[in-house]
Amino acid sequence: MPIIEIIFYLFSAVLIGSALSVVTVGNPVYAALFLVLSFFSAACIWLLLQAEFLAIVLVLVYVGAVMVLFLFVVMMLDVSAVRPRGGFAAYLPVGLLVMLIMAVQMFLVIWTRGLETQPMPEPRPVGYSHTSEIGRLLYTDYLYAFEIAAVILLVAIIAAIALTHRRRPGTKAQDPGQQVKVRREERVRLVKMSADGEEN
Amino acid sequence: MLTLAHFLTLGAVLFCIGVAGIFLNRKNVLILLMCIELMLLAVNMNFVAFSRFLDNYDGQVFVFFILTVAAAEAAIGLAILVVLFRNRGSIDVEDLADLKG
Repeated sequence: MPIIEIIFYLFSAVLIGSALSVVTVGNPVYAALFLVLSFFSAACIWLLLQAEFLAIVLVLVYVGAVMVLFLFVVMMLDVSAVRPRGGFAAYLPVGLLVMLIMAVQMFLVIWTRGLETQPMPEPRPVGYSHTSEIGRLLYTDYLYAFEIAAVILLVAIIAAIALTHRRRPGTKAQDPGQQVKVRREERVRLVKMSADGEEN
Repeated sequence: MLTLAHFLTLGAVLFCIGVAGIFLNRKNVLILLMCIELMLLAVNMNFVAFSRFLDNYDGQVFVFFILTVAAAEAAIGLAILVVLFRNRGSIDVEDLADLKG
């Protein structure tokens, strides 16, 4: 068995095992850590498929940012407030049934169409950069989609801040809107005074 | 010999695990979000495999965009979850039955 197949089956086993753990372990902290493991294994399999840039992005963005965000939220949410799970056994039969039917359907599609006879194309010569190929596509054919993706990220940033921003009572802060609305009559009082300082 | 079917099978298994996880974890919105991430990972696996076997980089560009949208979805989903927990003190799906007639 060539080394590439050994690597594929090894990482696939780790990936499927950790994915199963994510859905069965129950504790959100462990689930997040198993999800990290499954993303990492998936990145290794993508390296086999010569998607180096995406593999690195998966590790950096998902493991480095999104999963850390998940862990932050888990810690903010106070896990003890999450009630012990019930209904796991109640939903197990229907969950397994749906899973099995879907799996059988997908296997029927995958293994009867001649896809299993399609060998992997020859690898590119050493020094060929798949990353620059993706970059070329991204900045030519997919330029508008790329800009829309940037806008989507901006909207996500603003939405996340707007949703979770909380104005506490009692904090001292300037409100520019109120400051602009102030009229002269509310702040300035003209008094008539005599020269010796007596207000009359 | 590794063929396209091997990678598609891996993606299918991952997707089924994600779907089953949504059925099984009805107590915890957080794990539901993680199951959605698993399903997106399965879809990305298919895209990358097709990109390699058809020798076409468009698939990888699509994975790039899916990763972008998934990151935005995770950020907004978690923000909604934080607000939900602040208002309800619970992230149980079954507590979210206000619209039930």
